[in-house]
This record gives sequence, structure tokens and C-alpha cells, in this order.
Amino acid sequence: MTAAVLDHDAAHAPEEHHTSFPVDNRKMAIWTFIGSECMFFASLISTFVIYRDSHAKGPGPKEIFEVPLVTAGTAVLLFSSFFVVMALNGAQQGDRKKLITWLSLTVLCGCFFVGMQVYEFTHFYHEGMRYTTNLFATSFFTLTGFHGTHVAIGTLWLGTLLKDAIKGRIPPKKALNLEIAALYWHFVDVVWIIIFPVVYLMSLGR
Amino acid sequence: MATTVLEPAHAVATHKRSVLVEWLTTVDHKKVGILYGASAFIFFLMGGIEALIIRLQLVRPDNHLVTPEFYNQLFTMHGTTMIFLAVMPISAMFFNYFVPLLIGARDVAFPRLNAMSLWVFILGGLFLNFSFLLNAAPNGGWFGYAPLSARQFAPQMNMDFWMLGLQTLGIASLAAGVNFFTTILNMRTHGMTLMRMPMFVWAVLVTQVLVLLSFPVITVALIMLTADRTFGSHFFNMTSGAAGDPMLWQHLFWVFGHPEVYILILPAFGIVSEILPVFARKPLFGYSAMVFSMALIAFLGFGVWSHHMFATGMGPIADSFFSLATMLIAIPTGVKIFNWIGTLWGGSIQFKTPLYFAVGFIAMFIMGGLSGVMHAVAPADLQQTDTYFVVAHFHYVLFGGSIFALTAGAYYWWPKMFGRMLNETLGKVHFWLMLIGFNVTFFPMHFVGLLGMPRRVYTYPAGLGFEQYNQLSTIGAFVLALGFLVFIYNVLSTWRNGAQAPADPWGGATLEWSIPSPPQEWNFPTEPVVTDKDALWVMKRAAGVRELPEPQPVSGKGIHMPSPSWWPLVAACGILIFMIGIMVKRPWAFPFGPISMLGFAITAFAVLKWSYQPVDHAATSHH
Repeated sequence: MTAAVLDHDAAHAPEEHHTSFPVDNRKMAIWTFIGSECMFFASLISTFVIYRDSHAKGPGPKEIFEVPLVTAGTAVLLFSSFFVVMALNGAQQGDRKKLITWLSLTVLCGCFFVGMQVYEFTHFYHEGMRYTTNLFATSFFTLTGFHGTHVAIGTLWLGTLLKDAIKGRIPPKKALNLEIAALYWHFVDVVWIIIFPVVYLMSLGR
Repeated sequence: MATTVLEPAHAVATHKRSVLVEWLTTVDHKKVGILYGASAFIFFLMGGIEALIIRLQLVRPDNHLVTPEFYNQLFTMHGTTMIFLAVMPISAMFFNYFVPLLIGARDVAFPRLNAMSLWVFILGGLFLNFSFLLNAAPNGGWFGYAPLSARQFAPQMNMDFWMLGLQTLGIASLAAGVNFFTTILNMRTHGMTLMRMPMFVWAVLVTQVLVLLSFPVITVALIMLTADRTFGSHFFNMTSGAAGDPMLWQHLFWVFGHPEVYILILPAFGIVSEILPVFARKPLFGYSAMVFSMALIAFLGFGVWSHHMFATGMGPIADSFFSLATMLIAIPTGVKIFNWIGTLWGGSIQFKTPLYFAVGFIAMFIMGGLSGVMHAVAPADLQQTDTYFVVAHFHYVLFGGSIFALTAGAYYWWPKMFGRMLNETLGKVHFWLMLIGFNVTFFPMHFVGLLGMPRRVYTYPAGLGFEQYNQLSTIGAFVLALGFLVFIYNVLSTWRNGAQAPADPWGGATLEWSIPSPPQEWNFPTEPVVTDKDALWVMKRAAGVRELPEPQPVSGKGIHMPSPSWWPLVAACGILIFMIGIMVKRPWAFPFGPISMLGFAITAFAVLKWSYQPVDHAATSHH
């Protein structure tokens, strides 16, 4: 949420503003925020690693994980990082069609990923793995749930930018509005690149 | 002249009616700073009153002034209040008011985000203290150890207030962390390179790094505690067949908690490093050593958290590692102390109140540091842990350290903030009452702790040799309180009739003394150009004068300043409503009930509105 606040706080700052480093305040702020978020996810991932074998009661990772589905979700999220780069490129070139096309695809990918996770959670719930079934389940849902929340917020953020783009409000000199959202999006993607092997692949033998 | 000075009568009337609105919607870093300071001082007084009740309860053996249940609430809220609602936000007052002035900027990087931090902090503090009205104040100690914080052992709302209150305050700190990190790195005026920044600005920068990297950890820990208490999970619960581990809480808490103590002390280091050179009339000794030692303290500060946990039985390897890492911190800290003494050495010392407190800080902080090194020895710590010896130690660093330095900062910068000089005599009376009261209160705690008096104990039997020490501590606490009454009297008596403060009452070295007291909304009429450290001294030397001519107020024509906005306050309210929603009963199993969703919607709406609100206005078109 703070990321979204940051984006919008200075969204209409005058362009001529003097900065000490050759980088916009908002861009520096999003990098700072990402640095802070690293510790957030590091804590959640550590907790999962500590508790992943705590499934004496209820299903464990081997019985419950559906790796093919999650692999598809991973691929979609990875591609979305590429798409948002293309969209940014379009914004910087003033190519509105390119911007809108690729940004729409990015938002679609975000929606697909969130949908995949909603399906996965519902499926686990029906299979008897609920939030409090065991600590493996609790730490799994907490970690992936917070990641999913980040994806959802990123999708909404990119969605508002898509609306702006359609209304022609992202000319090349405002491409930074998209760039900082894209930085956040890449970060959320990178976190998933850690979560996918640590949570899904490395737990399969357990 | 500025239109704000030459307003016609009817304009003044309109202006007066909207004073409340002006403060509620302000995004001016100076007003935000004053609001931080004023609210934090009120919380500080509440924390002080809690301490006095604690001291009255302990004044004699087998005392029953308050109930044991209320006593638990008192010491928990005293610690929580002093750390999160007093020392941190009083530091934040100085960050807000003085970082932009010291780096020659007109505001922080994100003024509205700054206002949101303020309101989230104030609402979070009110929320925590509101619990007293329900007789449900937090009662599990300021570090809320599991399983004392678990629903099983704390079934009432007490610890809900604690976990959700801290979570709220954490949002304020993180938002401010991003803001000040960006401000310091990117808003410096022309020529203000990193190694020319005033030491206070360095202290704030390093503090924000600590905030940014440690607060997310407590955020996660509090999320897990919320899950345990509210959604029935077992992160920290090892009973009833659940495999949760209370040690996980301790690790997560102290990975945050140890950097947190540097978050409390580094701003104090910065303030003292500003004051000593000005009143010794010579530059800070060993500037770059001061910078790097501070960075080293912060870095090592992330590798020592388990020295809070020697008594949990981590084994010899972990104990040795954390002992050694802890002792290492004494080295950069020693560097700083020698540099402060080196700054005073051979100086032309001006014995003014701020210097009294700054020197008091050095002496008291050394004593706290020495008992800190004693704790680093794991076998000795096993004897000291959870006794009044620890209470003595952390009050010497937090009160003798942070509070002495923050008080020094208050006397030093008061003329700049409010345009009035505080009374010097009363200031020195305050200092002596505080120094004597402080030592009478906390020095005996070393002894009573080594005699075996546990901390947080409700009462003690007669005949253990605790009586005299506790009586002394109680007397000292009231002397300390008297000192702060003198401070309040000083403020009230000089508020209207005190001497007008000139722009540069102390012969300062930094940019804030080059502009009128108090500064105009836009701080600097033109962006200052800096050519070396101690920018204002350099300017005075270049002009060949001891004092620059008194700066005159100027018209802010053409200067664009951020517009006031309601949305930061609205967004902050939404966050609080979200937190309250977690406490109340939900009509369905889903974690977040309708109240939380309403809060989320309010915050999301406010952020969206704020994103499409124009950010600035010409200074003179205001009002």
C-alpha cells in the first residue's frame, strides 16, 4: 500500500525540480521501499522454511501441491515482467498503441496469477488444508497470501495506469509513472522466483 | 513584504477561523514537526506519570497501591509509550523540522506522505492509550513474549491493543523512513555533498536505514501474532499438539528490537554532534570517523539481537558469537565518545543550557554503555538478566542517553522553532534537577538488581535489603518529574513575554541559523549554496564577520509550496479503522470483517484522491 501512496504522492510534481542525484525522488523512494520489503519477505520465507515439516496433522506438501498449475502461474508472472518492459518502452516512445497493448497484457497476467492463487487456495481448502490445519499450512498461506496481495495491489496499480494510458494521460515525459509501478512489479516477480523453488520444488521431497 | 504579513482585517478573521483546518491539513514539514513534538510530549508525560505510579507502588515492601493486574498494564504501557510514543516521535519532530533546514531544502520529498505518517502515529498512540479507558491496557511487557501474548493466557483485549497499536505505529515509521531516506539523499541544496552534511543529518539517514530494514520484521511478527490471536493459528503456541515455537517470536522481535535501540540513540548522537561544536566554537572533531563509526554501529546492530536471549539456552557457539559481536559495538561507540571529548578539548566553551544537557548526555551514556558491555559477557548476563540491573542499564542509555540529548536539542532549537528564547536560569535548574533526579532514581537499581530484585515484579517482601534502594529510586523519580515541571514552566513563561529570538542566537554553524526565527513557510528565499562543512561558519568567514546581519522576512512570490490536503488524515483514519476491525467480532470466517473492509476502502479512496490532487501552489496565493 505504501508503494501506491508513494507513486501518487508526487505524481504531479513539477518536472524542473532539483535533485541531488540524477534520479527522480519517486524512483529513489520505490527502490527504498523495495529494500524494506526484502526484509518483509525474508521474514515470511524464513518462517515457512522453519515450519514446512510441521504437518503431522493434515496433508503435507507432497500430497497437496499442484506443481503444473503453479508452474503455469510462474510462467505467466515471468512473462508479465517482460510485457511491462514493452509497455514502458511504448510509453517512453510516445507510442500509445504499444503502451496500451502491452500494459493490458500485463494486467491480464496479474489477474491470471491472482485467479490461479484463488483457485489453488480454494482447492486446498476443500482438500482439508485450512489456515489452521497445521503450521505448514499456516506459514504457506501467510507467505503466498501476502505475495498474492502484493500481486493484487500491483495489478490494481497497473490497472489505474492503464486507465490513464487509455485517456492519453501518460505522455513520454510522464513515463516515470509507469516506470516506478514496473519496478514494483519486477520486485514482486523476483520474490515469486524465490518462493516458487523454496516453497514448491524444495518441499516436494518432504 | 509577504501578503501573509500585510493582510487586511477581514482576511485575518477568515484566517483565524481556519486555524484548526490549517493544522489538520498541513503538509508543511515544520508544522508536521511541531505536531509530532506536541503530541509526543503529551505521551511522554503520560509515560512519566505511569513511571511515578510504578515508583509509588515500589516505595515500600508489600505495598498495594495498585492491583497486580493494573501494575502489569503500567509497566507495559510505560515501556511501549516511552519507546514508540515518546523517544521515536520526539526524534521525528527534529527530523521533520530540521532535516530540510539543515540540507537547505524547502520541504521533504513527499510532504503529504509525511503528513500521513504524522496522523497514523497520533491515531495509533491514541488507540493504544484508549485501552486504559476500557481497563484493558496492554499487560504482557513491551516485548510481548509468547506465550504471554497468546489468546490462551491473555484472553482479553489488552494484547490486541498492543499488537494492532504497534502495527499502526510501524506503518507511520516505515512511510517516514522511505520519505526521509529519499529527502536526505536527493533534496540536498547545491554543493551539499554527503560528506558536507551536518552530523545530525547523517544520524537521521543511518536511522532511516535501520527503520527500513528492521520494521518489516516486527511487522511480520505482529502479523503472525495477529493470526495466532485472531484467526486461531499456532505460530508461537507449543501447547495442545501444535508445533509452534515461542523462540521464533523472540528471534523476530529482537531482530527488530536491537536495531530499534539504535533507532532511539542515533538521533541523540546526531543532536549532540551538532551542539558540541557550536558551544565549543570549533568544528566537530573527526567528522569522517563519526560518520563511519555510526554506519558501523548500525551494521553491527543487525548482528547482535540474540544477546537479549542468552537466558534461553542457545548453546555456546551462538552465545559466543553474539557476545563478541556485542563487544565489537563498543569500538565504534568509543570512537564517538572520544571525538565528542576531542571536540570540547581546547574549545572556547560557552556554558549554555544546551551544552549542559549535551555534556550530561556524554557522561550518562558512558555509564549506560559500560553496563552494556557487562551484559555482553554471557555468563554474567545470566545473573543480570530480568533484574533491576538491566532496568538501570537501559535507562542510562535511553534516559541518560536519548532523553538528555533530545532535551539538549529542545533547548538548542527552541528559539528557531518558536522565535522565543527560553530562560537560561530555569534551563540550568532543569538540568541539575534532571541530572540529580536521574542518578538518584537509576543508580541504586544497579545494586538492587545485583541483589536479585527481578524487574516487572509487583511487590517484594521486607528484609531482603531492597527497601532503601527502592525508596531512593522513588525520591529520585519525583525530582526528575520536578525538573520537567520547571521545563514546562519555562516554556509557558517565555511563550508570550520571553526575549525575541534572533535568527542566530548561538553563533551556529548550520543553515537553519541563516533564516528568520521562526522560518517562513518556504524556509529559504533562494536555495543556498554550500562550499564546505559547517556551511554557515564558512559564509561568516567569507564575509569577515562574527555575525551575519539579521535576515529580513521576504515575499514568497513565485515560490511553489505543497498544497494543504485532507487526504493524509483521511488515509490515516482508514488505517486505524482497518485495525479496529480486526479486534471486533466478525460475522463470517474470512479474516477481515466489514469494519476492516470499510477502513481499507477509506484508505484506498483517500490515496486515489490524493494521487489526482495537484501537488503544489504558489506560496503567496495561499489563504
